[in-house]
Amino acid sequence: MVSDAGPLLETRGLTKSFRSLVALSDQSIRVDRGEIVGVIGPNGSGKSTFFNLISGFLQPDSGEIRFAGAPIVAQPADRIVRLGIARTFQGTRLFQALSVADNVRAAAELRQRTGLAAALLGGGRRRRAEAAVEEITEELLDLVGLTARQENRARDLPYGDQRRLEIIRALATRPSLLLLDEPAAGMDASETKVLLGLIDEIRTRYDLAVIIVEHDMDLIMNLCERIQVLAHGSKVFEGTPAEVQAHPAVREVYLGHG
Amino acid sequence: MSGPALSRPAGLIVFGAVLILVAAVTLALPHMVNNYLVRVVIVMCIDVILVASMGLGNGFTGVFSLGHVGFVAVGAYTSGILSLPVTMKHAFLPDLPHWLASFSLPFLPATIAAGLVCAALAAVVGAPLMRLSGYFVSVATLGFLIIVNVVLINASDFTRGARTFAGVPLQTTLPWAMGWMVVTLTVLARIAYSPFGRRFRVVREDPIAARAVGLSILPVRLSAFIVGAFFAGVGGSLYGHYLGAFSPASFYLPYTFALVSMLVIGGMGSISGAVLGVVLVTVTSEVLRNLERGLDLGVIHIPPLYGASQIVLGMMFILVMIFRPSGLMGDREVSPGLFLRRKPTGERE
Repeated sequence: MVSDAGPLLETRGLTKSFRSLVALSDQSIRVDRGEIVGVIGPNGSGKSTFFNLISGFLQPDSGEIRFAGAPIVAQPADRIVRLGIARTFQGTRLFQALSVADNVRAAAELRQRTGLAAALLGGGRRRRAEAAVEEITEELLDLVGLTARQENRARDLPYGDQRRLEIIRALATRPSLLLLDEPAAGMDASETKVLLGLIDEIRTRYDLAVIIVEHDMDLIMNLCERIQVLAHGSKVFEGTPAEVQAHPAVREVYLGHG
Repeated sequence: MSGPALSRPAGLIVFGAVLILVAAVTLALPHMVNNYLVRVVIVMCIDVILVASMGLGNGFTGVFSLGHVGFVAVGAYTSGILSLPVTMKHAFLPDLPHWLASFSLPFLPATIAAGLVCAALAAVVGAPLMRLSGYFVSVATLGFLIIVNVVLINASDFTRGARTFAGVPLQTTLPWAMGWMVVTLTVLARIAYSPFGRRFRVVREDPIAARAVGLSILPVRLSAFIVGAFFAGVGGSLYGHYLGAFSPASFYLPYTFALVSMLVIGGMGSISGAVLGVVLVTVTSEVLRNLERGLDLGVIHIPPLYGASQIVLGMMFILVMIFRPSGLMGDREVSPGLFLRRKPTGERE
């Protein structure tokens, strides 16, 4: 299904307006397999719109999105995850009343779906599917050290753990591209450092490409191979972390801002 | 925590024990207590079927429907029409189409047919309605209840209109009611605590995040709605064959309010909560109904207090809302493990 040649994700001329407000204008990006790309810009620069367009929560007014060579515009969000693009949300969106493990299971189930008949009758198919889900769930809980808390409700976790849970929930869908929406928001310096290690580890272990939208410059500069700078819905600059830091226009629109 | 975390053999033993208990009660009860109490237990079984099936959509899936009793009505009339003896069909429903008037089904097939008709109706009605959420879906499903009521009153060839639909064979005995209750609870529990049923809760907790893990909201909500409607139809058939005579008014707002309060008091995301809610509300209102006639305790004389049971039920409702807004059981289930000390799995709150 996924072809190996060419970029993993490519957008061209991506434009989205909300009434008279142009949220994203003629944006384009190219992300290769295994690459970590950062998208930065002040609030309202179109970063979240960009994520919502790629993950299918919004449809663009015009422009093209290709994933593994195939166009994905107009596909609904639940189809796009199946293709291999998973995401987290700004400020986390967990299944609060469900247990930590059930949060992961709900996502791991995507590749092991069983229906109403299996629910009523059980049988070998359901048992195999459940065993596969359990295996992924255990592995991911262990990865972020949540095994001991897997029976707690998600809402009872400390904030940092909630963010990590959301990341492994996205991973449980077996993506090849992971979209992280401000993963370090609300974290202190040491928590951010742990997060940095985690993102780097999952990228290697699961052979992922990652796009990070973030305000935390430490995280972005240390992790990303390439950074795209957005302002007022348009791409201002794209380059390596060093180039971005050196660029006068970028300093003005972004670094000067904070 | 959200599911019965019992191992397979332990679960089977518990299930077997419950089954034996139910069978024993079914066989022994009529010999132990008077007919009035047996009738109360039958109604309680039917209400458990209705409240638990309503809980699948309203509680587990978080789509608060007020239209459940609409399906109960459709179930009662469907199986009533199907199982009315042929001679009675000629007498009571002279304008019934020939293909319906010429036969009469036994109780069991008529009940299953009622369930299937309701499931099919739920698929049609739910396709647009299950796209709504929150208050919108409650109001829209209330609209469905009203439409069912109006159709029943006006389709007098089939229903005798607002007049009493009578002559339905009185076949809902204690074993039938208990049997269907066990079947309903077993099926609902199996669905709710399977991976399939986990999707109901996932969609309830956060529809946007549910889509982000690959769930399409409409089919999940619709399947809970259809399963719930099937058992509403079954319960409606049982209720019809218990009453023998009913009218569209039997299945309207007062019954809706009664079932909703049982569900809310018991706990919306819990099957055992539904059972608890039914038992609690039924016992309270039966006890109070007898007290309403007044009491003479020698020195103390309590005059008749008509309507007291309604007032107390209303107060119960308010108190639960204040002190346990998610109902007595919330989204937990009664299980043997609940009363034992659980093995610590890491820190707990």
